[in-house]
Amino acid sequence: MKINILQYLEEDAERFPDKTALADETCKLTYAEYMKRAQNVGAYLLANVTGGRINQPIAVLIDRNVDTVIAFMGILYSGNFYVPIEPSMPGERIRLILDRLAPVAVLDAGNHNGVYKESVRTADIMCGNEPDREALLAVRERIVDTDPLNVIFTSGSTGEPKGVLKSHRAVIAMAEVFANTFAFDHNQVFGNQSPFDFDVSAKDIYNALRNGARLEILPKKLFLFPKLLIGYLYERQIDTLVWAVSALRIIADFKALDRARMPALRYVMFSGEAMPVRALNYWIAHVPDARYVNLYAPTEVTFNCTYFEINGYWPEDKSLPIGKAFANYRVFLRDDEGKIIDECHKRGEICVGGTGLATGYWNRQEDTDRVFIQNPSVSEYGSKVYATGDLAYYDENDDFVFVSRKDYQIKHMGHRIELGEIEAALALVPFVEAACCLYDEKAEKIICFYQSANDNVKELVNELGKRIPKYMWPGQYICYDRLPLNKNGKIDREHLRKEHGL
Amino acid sequence: MKKEQLLKIMEEVRPDIDFGKENRLVDDGVIDSFDIISIVGMIDSQYGIEIGVDDLMPDNFNSVEALYALITGIQHK
Repeated sequence: MKINILQYLEEDAERFPDKTALADETCKLTYAEYMKRAQNVGAYLLANVTGGRINQPIAVLIDRNVDTVIAFMGILYSGNFYVPIEPSMPGERIRLILDRLAPVAVLDAGNHNGVYKESVRTADIMCGNEPDREALLAVRERIVDTDPLNVIFTSGSTGEPKGVLKSHRAVIAMAEVFANTFAFDHNQVFGNQSPFDFDVSAKDIYNALRNGARLEILPKKLFLFPKLLIGYLYERQIDTLVWAVSALRIIADFKALDRARMPALRYVMFSGEAMPVRALNYWIAHVPDARYVNLYAPTEVTFNCTYFEINGYWPEDKSLPIGKAFANYRVFLRDDEGKIIDECHKRGEICVGGTGLATGYWNRQEDTDRVFIQNPSVSEYGSKVYATGDLAYYDENDDFVFVSRKDYQIKHMGHRIELGEIEAALALVPFVEAACCLYDEKAEKIICFYQSANDNVKELVNELGKRIPKYMWPGQYICYDRLPLNKNGKIDREHLRKEHGL
Repeated sequence: MKKEQLLKIMEEVRPDIDFGKENRLVDDGVIDSFDIISIVGMIDSQYGIEIGVDDLMPDNFNSVEALYALITGIQHK
């Protein structure tokens, strides 16, 4: 019986002590080393920071390296949970997150000295002698599987990032479901593309761990240069990609597979936004033997709640479905009145129930209660579902087909962005009198409309860069002397939409 | 295509960077993959110059000069 995700690591270290478990560009670790380093980090935290307190947040300044994963597991060994922080984010945003989180410690998985004064470098604490395993075991016995495993911060509409909290149980349950659904095994090599502060990366870490497989952390720079990327995948014998659609598109857009072969590739799984059919068919044409799977889930759902496996070329004029629910997930549509939708082609909001749901938002009970709601068809007992805010319908095969968001949240290059968060940052720019953002879906561009006497875009971008990460930056800025207002005195978004053909 | 036109495209993609000063745009992580895709896309759509996957290498994107040299090479092929 699995109660704690670390049981996977311990089983792997027993079964495959000398097998490569984790690798980045410069470093390779066996399962035995992986476990020992994580235990050292755990023992250090226990002795020097937590003193046996459990279920406390510990932040990690992440990097694209094995030390980041060691830090995560080490924190779990100490009986606490990890919160990944991308150190290149604007200082203001890091401060907001750390203020809200109040972590008991900050581990630095790289060399990010300037980011947080009191951080402890993982590299300095992971290589001790024999860790105090008895102390670690004593902590373990006090953890139950509904205790937190991690908190991932995502964009929030009020301008403040929201932390989504997941339990050991949710992740264990989904690692089992994935292994069964896709027949994963220990020969697999996962090529991790997703940054570790993104929910998607948990699939790489925990699917590898559940199956005793290898996790290859791909250097970020490779994704700028498709030819180098493909060479690296080949060299490292990577056979499983669980990637953002945008990363797969880079390879297709540059036709990088025209003269390369990837015979080892077995699984190509993707999520984050709609996969353009042309890019998908390009992949299928050049790597015909792999299994292609479209995955769907918001961060509030562990791993994914629906999947659709593609067999052969997909017709260009047909939307790619997000498919059917995974085992142990309940996924349904509800209309505006809260009634469950059964018929084909009728749109409704996707709702998700089951063990894999996130526990809720960190330190935001009101927000949690608003979207983690009582299942509308159950009144006799407590049964939570997550109302995703995503609209979909059933097609004639009973597969879900994603339509759009209900609100101002958008998906841009695989990132989930609340336009409200960009607008909140714009409101803090001294010379901006008013501003709003709209998304141009065709051009895949965030457009910023702002009212100011100063049309210096460079200055505006520099100000925004202090508060929001680069992936949220608008791609176009349009300055107005006066922005159009509607009768409520708010910026008239519909007018702007029409004016610019959006 | 003139060098000023290239510079204009790059500044449009990243208004916050002083491209005149930078010569380690890729090596120092100043620009990212989305920037490169935007720049390559705009050069193609505005000037009809296609940068193929073989030319999509770090050294060609470290500075305006390097990228301009690549483009000049493609135009004279």
